[in-house]
Amino acid sequence: MAEKMLTPDDFAKLSKEEKKTETVVRESISAWKDAWLRLKTNKMAMVSLAILVVIIIMAIIGPWISELMGQDYSTNHLKEKNTSPNGTYWFGTDNLGRDMFARTWMGTGISLQVGFYAALADLVIGVIMGGIMGYFGGRVDEILNRFCEVLYSIPSMLIIILLIVIMEPSMFTIVLALSITGWINMAWLVRGQIMQLKNQEYVMAAQALGASTPRILFRHLIPNAMGPIIVTLTLTVPSAIFAEAFLSFLGLGVQSPSASLGTMINDAIKAWTLYPWRMWFPAAIISLMMLCFNIFGDGLRDALDPKMKK
Amino acid sequence: MLKYVSKKFLSMLASLFVLASATFFLMKLIPGDPFLREKAIPEKIKESLYAMYGLDQPIWKQYLMYLNNLLHGDLGMSMKQQYMSVTRIIKDSFVYSAQIGVLAIIVSVAAGLILGIIAALNHRKLLDSLTIVVAVLGVSIPNFLAASALQYVFGLKLRLLDVSGLNDWTDYIMPVLALSFLPAAFIARLTRSTMLEVLSADYIKTARSKGLSGRIILVRHALRNAILPVVTYIGPMTANIITGSVVVEQIFGIGGIGKFFVQSITNRDYTLIMGLTLFYGIILMVARFLTDVAYGFVDPRIKLSRGKGAK
Repeated sequence: MAEKMLTPDDFAKLSKEEKKTETVVRESISAWKDAWLRLKTNKMAMVSLAILVVIIIMAIIGPWISELMGQDYSTNHLKEKNTSPNGTYWFGTDNLGRDMFARTWMGTGISLQVGFYAALADLVIGVIMGGIMGYFGGRVDEILNRFCEVLYSIPSMLIIILLIVIMEPSMFTIVLALSITGWINMAWLVRGQIMQLKNQEYVMAAQALGASTPRILFRHLIPNAMGPIIVTLTLTVPSAIFAEAFLSFLGLGVQSPSASLGTMINDAIKAWTLYPWRMWFPAAIISLMMLCFNIFGDGLRDALDPKMKK
Repeated sequence: MLKYVSKKFLSMLASLFVLASATFFLMKLIPGDPFLREKAIPEKIKESLYAMYGLDQPIWKQYLMYLNNLLHGDLGMSMKQQYMSVTRIIKDSFVYSAQIGVLAIIVSVAAGLILGIIAALNHRKLLDSLTIVVAVLGVSIPNFLAASALQYVFGLKLRLLDVSGLNDWTDYIMPVLALSFLPAAFIARLTRSTMLEVLSADYIKTARSKGLSGRIILVRHALRNAILPVVTYIGPMTANIITGSVVVEQIFGIGGIGKFFVQSITNRDYTLIMGLTLFYGIILMVARFLTDVAYGFVDPRIKLSRGKGAK
């Protein structure tokens, strides 16, 4: 084969057009963006997200709107007890003549808060405990794991009920009781994730560079385990709201004059053959919220799961 | 296998002990005492009441007494229901709860499996989507709503079924339906996803290429493997049905344990709360133990993986 001769042409500068072909035009897509792009194609999940956003906004501005209308959640209009929805009372009034519109949105807010705070508490405790168990392993892991197993083996609803019977029911005690047993699943999830991740090269690189343990844990490991954590959180919120509604049914929910959707439904059940509208709005909102959280959580799981990529 | 079962049994006993102790000490934390009334009780009577219930003893002695009584199946006297022992209340009311609960378990497993299989066989078709909708609704609607909706439609509007009580067999329909809604939805979802996985496995293809009939493949090969996750769900399902029964019994006016549980909480009847909590705890833990054992029998892999401390 004849040797190819280099000519001066080979060293000529590239023209402008030729240079352009080498640049990466498409924006680089991070893992999060990729997940978002996939989530966006899931219509059900996006509709759920939209409904959730609307409900959250209404929970915030609802009480304010009713204030503009001259109503609030705790004033008794004793002459207008149990009225059906009308121009003054959009959602009707309850057995003490309180405006249901204001109460429903305030109750939505409180139910949501219970859900979010419980999820937040699970997140904080679960990530710290799970991180420690997964990262250190060995003896520490074994002891903590045994502790979790014992705690997990006790039926959580019973402990929650006992705790709230002892402490007076309020939003704080409900969230506290829910998170005393709620964090274990999160801790196990994080533990599993960390155990998988901690042997990867980038962790070794960070260790070699002298990064401290908390830094490795919180800057390198936890962010990479964030996908499953977020999915679990989205599904914790509805189950906490559910649990609060069940506690309300036992009379252990948020106490009057304040109300959650659960307490409102519980009040309405007592007379709901006579005044069914007292049930409709809180029941519709709680069911819708559960539905949307569940669908959105499922969608999120599919979007963040690398196995679902086509 | 024996080692595995006995290990599970011991851990169940340990958890029961922890629950029993926890309830005891939590109840001791409550301020005030059970005989605090609006009307002051004469000192003499108070003393003899204390002596009768052993409340004059130091706390460790009370604790030992309590554990000893538990071993003999004595859960103490109810504080608010006059002359009723907790054991008596449980004996009288458990029949109703157990009937409804067992029926609900049967209905949810059957309905869940059937729905799940139908959905998996019609993957991405109308029936599949319908099942998913039912399943999502099932886990999204609180059971007290489902129960009151059933009561409203069938009891009040259509007048097909009695609104409350438990007098003849038709009265079981609504409570059982309301109870099995959530577990059935969950099992349907579980079965659907495992069936989809199993149906695409190689051994199903082999069975099919051997020319076996669809029914045999479905029952012998696919369902047997798809049922595994459902077995693990027995424990949580019992928990679901118990919390559900508390609500459902209240709504349909059934004098089961759930109704007494709600009453005990509203009356702050501490000994009754304690006794019923323990009773529920025992049922749940036994259910969980049985799940573990059943799983050990159904899944042959568990014997191997346990050997090296898989968890």
